[in-house]
Amino acid sequence: MIPSIPQPRFLTAAYTAYVVLFFIFLALPLVVVAVFAFNDSQFPSLPWEGFTWNWFFGSERPMIGVFHERSILRAIGTSGFVALFVSVLSVCVGLSNAFLFNRYRFRGQGVLYVLMLLPLVIPGIVLGISILVFSSRIANGLWDGFGMDVEALRPGLLLVVLGQFSFITTISTLVIGARLKKFDRTLEEAALNLGAGHLTAIRTITLPYLAPAMIGAFVVAFLMSFENFNTTLMLVGSDAPLTIAMFDRLKEGSTPLLNAVSLLLMVGSSCLALIMIAFQRKA
Amino acid sequence: MRSEARLGLALLLTPLLLWLSLLIFLPHVDIFLVSLRERIGVGKYQISFANYLTFFNEPLYLWTFFRTAVMSMLATVITLLIAFPVSYYIAKMVKGRVQSGLFLLCLVPFWVSELVRTFGWMILLRETGIFSKLLQAIGLSDGPVEMLYNDGAIMLGLVYTSMLFMVVPLVTTLESLPDEVIEAGYDLGGNGVSVLREIIIPHAMPGIVSGCIVVFMLSLGNYLTPTMLGGKESLWFTELIYSQFIVRFNWELGAAFGFMLLILSSAIVWGMLKLTGQSLEKTMG
Amino acid sequence: MTPDLECTDLTKRFGDTTAVENVTFSVPPGSFFSILGPSGCGKTTIMRMIAGFLEPSHGDIRIKGRSVLNVPPNKRPVNMVFQHLALFPMMNIADNIGYGLRRAGLSRADIDRKVQEALERISLPGIGARRVEELSGGQKQRVAIARCMVLEPDVLLLDEPLGALDLKLRERMKVELKSLQAAFDTTFVYITHDQSEALVMSDAIAVMNEGRFEQIGTGRDLYYRPDTAFVAGFVGDTNRWGGRIERLDGDSMALRTDTGMILRGATHGRAFAVGDRADVFVRPEAIRISYAEDDLSQFDNRLSGRVTSILFDGAASRVIVSGADGPGEIEVNLPQSGEFAALTKGAEVHIGWASDQGNCFAAGAR
Repeated sequence: MIPSIPQPRFLTAAYTAYVVLFFIFLALPLVVVAVFAFNDSQFPSLPWEGFTWNWFFGSERPMIGVFHERSILRAIGTSGFVALFVSVLSVCVGLSNAFLFNRYRFRGQGVLYVLMLLPLVIPGIVLGISILVFSSRIANGLWDGFGMDVEALRPGLLLVVLGQFSFITTISTLVIGARLKKFDRTLEEAALNLGAGHLTAIRTITLPYLAPAMIGAFVVAFLMSFENFNTTLMLVGSDAPLTIAMFDRLKEGSTPLLNAVSLLLMVGSSCLALIMIAFQRKA
Repeated sequence: MRSEARLGLALLLTPLLLWLSLLIFLPHVDIFLVSLRERIGVGKYQISFANYLTFFNEPLYLWTFFRTAVMSMLATVITLLIAFPVSYYIAKMVKGRVQSGLFLLCLVPFWVSELVRTFGWMILLRETGIFSKLLQAIGLSDGPVEMLYNDGAIMLGLVYTSMLFMVVPLVTTLESLPDEVIEAGYDLGGNGVSVLREIIIPHAMPGIVSGCIVVFMLSLGNYLTPTMLGGKESLWFTELIYSQFIVRFNWELGAAFGFMLLILSSAIVWGMLKLTGQSLEKTMG
Repeated sequence: MTPDLECTDLTKRFGDTTAVENVTFSVPPGSFFSILGPSGCGKTTIMRMIAGFLEPSHGDIRIKGRSVLNVPPNKRPVNMVFQHLALFPMMNIADNIGYGLRRAGLSRADIDRKVQEALERISLPGIGARRVEELSGGQKQRVAIARCMVLEPDVLLLDEPLGALDLKLRERMKVELKSLQAAFDTTFVYITHDQSEALVMSDAIAVMNEGRFEQIGTGRDLYYRPDTAFVAGFVGDTNRWGGRIERLDGDSMALRTDTGMILRGATHGRAFAVGDRADVFVRPEAIRISYAEDDLSQFDNRLSGRVTSILFDGAASRVIVSGADGPGEIEVNLPQSGEFAALTKGAEVHIGWASDQGNCFAAGAR
């Protein structure tokens, strides 16, 4: 069924209704979270006690807002820090991988490509524990062998960064690789023909062409890192990123404070997404 | 020139090999080795299958393992059934701005942390939640209704969380099917059902498989949704791994669990690819 | 005999724009009918209305005398060869050809037999098990036709199916399509923007412009006796001069061009008055070229000029002649008999043509 095939009217109507219902289903939990960030009550639930900004700006108990809650602010900072590292790293390695698979032909390339895809089909929690176990083995080895105590290899931010990087890189490789595949090699040849060296041609022609994909990969990596839970859960040390911090709070009971944080997250990620779309449009 | 190309290859190969070996390959070999370790005294270990025997001999572990597998498959099927008509609608029934608008709307929940999505469902479903209050308000129920902490809630959460990963590949593949081909199907005498069965679904197969693989993986490896939405009885296999590692500090058994989960997921992904004649490069790359 | 396809007052509006306006035509059984027009003229819209993918705003479509307006596309006795062929990539060739037969509920054995027959008919026996992408452009073309023909439709619609092929293959497919049509003895309705395709294959051609039919006729009619200025300009190449009518004498007339030349032409029954603005169309091959003015004494239009460029194109070679005091540049076909082999740029030549080769239309008419 496509619009050019005549269909009974009730069928088309039922189909449209189904799609509308689907979007209501999609929006419902997010809308609920957002709305109850403004409820003047201790619980994010009905009845509606009136509108308040306190869960954002409140500074007195029992209504301490997000902007006065040290631990949450710290967690946001930690998450941002981790996400920045992960996205820079994964875009760099992704770019290198994309060139490798697009420009070179070597033995074992096919196998390597499949291996590169594997992190997508490894459960996040397994990635987490394997990196945890492996890094502890190295740390223990260093301690036993050389008496060195490498704190960085114990659960903590470095491991969180590495753990997230290990699967986000696959995604950035795919995003950048997809655009590189569409690149017309003759543009580069034209640059060479006009007197540019190999690296200059890549820097002045190919990289600008890839820029939207790199920005896209960066934003996707940033968001995936920011909201990652499974891998992070296994590798986290004393500095908890936001998702872990919120999870711990949620286990203790929910207050509209969490709604307020969630709403900020939604706004933040929507902005990032919009920036990315704007860049993609320009390309 | 030749040596320059070789240098380039080496430079590009290095980060890839470092990444794959240090963060993927060696760690997985390592958990396998750890899972084969049996503790026989303080700081003393021997190689044995004891951890795997523990897994197979404890009904709770086995039961949780199969329950997780079956429920993940069920979640995958439900997600596919819900997502397919919507994806088809976006890909084929609407054009231009409406199309890209609806597609973006589908992506929105993905931009928000899974924790927030789960939290949203908790607010809706719990005893003091919105649905319960609404049911009482319109008189369908006398007292508070608890809709949280059961398998249904887990299923709902899994389907919701995974929806995007099904919709995106489906829309992409369905969009690449020219209208002309569907019209040809009707022109040659086909009806809605036969065109769907013989033309649309075969064409969408790569998208269906890649969507199913990702959704299955996400469900199987999910920790948050079962923990937050499930009840005391509804254990998820990842919760066992977490408790062995973090709570009981029994890494050997936890590693064995992790390895079992890896085998299960690989086996099912492989089976899905074989069954549909697809390959990982084609569906994921 | 009832025509296989009959459209009366067919009109299609999209919002404010009218894509097809009051188109009426009928196609007798077993004939090859083409609709020729520039892209965007509405020919695809007509095709899609006949196939059932668009509902006409007004008018009727009858196939073998019965209106099909309320018949859904999958029940209409017409089949369509799509612009990009729309072979099903998920099936092999035999399954593609057998698709419609399976829909009709034929038995496995019957389907196999018919598919084999169809493959032999298009001289591609034994390719049933191949995949679509393994075929060449010409083979796909034939498979797409066979896929429709096994259903024995009353009318086969073809939507510019040769567009994607390269030039050589397109020339061959023209001949092949014509012979396939004769072999299947089915009514073909063919749409194209390529006049040569239409002229070579069709029994009758409708020239379409901006939603209307300008003229329906045989290729010869359109070429030698265009009804409208659009047809004269669109079918075949032509020289065109605008001017004011000086003299009228029955069917013949004289026109003074804006540059001051007097040209003689024929009205072919169209009404004019002295003083009207008009355009005269003369085909390059209707103009004779000569080194000596005396050779052209039988023509009532004669000019002298210089060759400004030579467009060598084998049998279709032309020269552009610029008249000494004449109406700008004139394209003239170059006879390939050898006498002009040494013609060079700048050479002085004389050209002439008979006045009834000059088709005259009121100016402003397209």
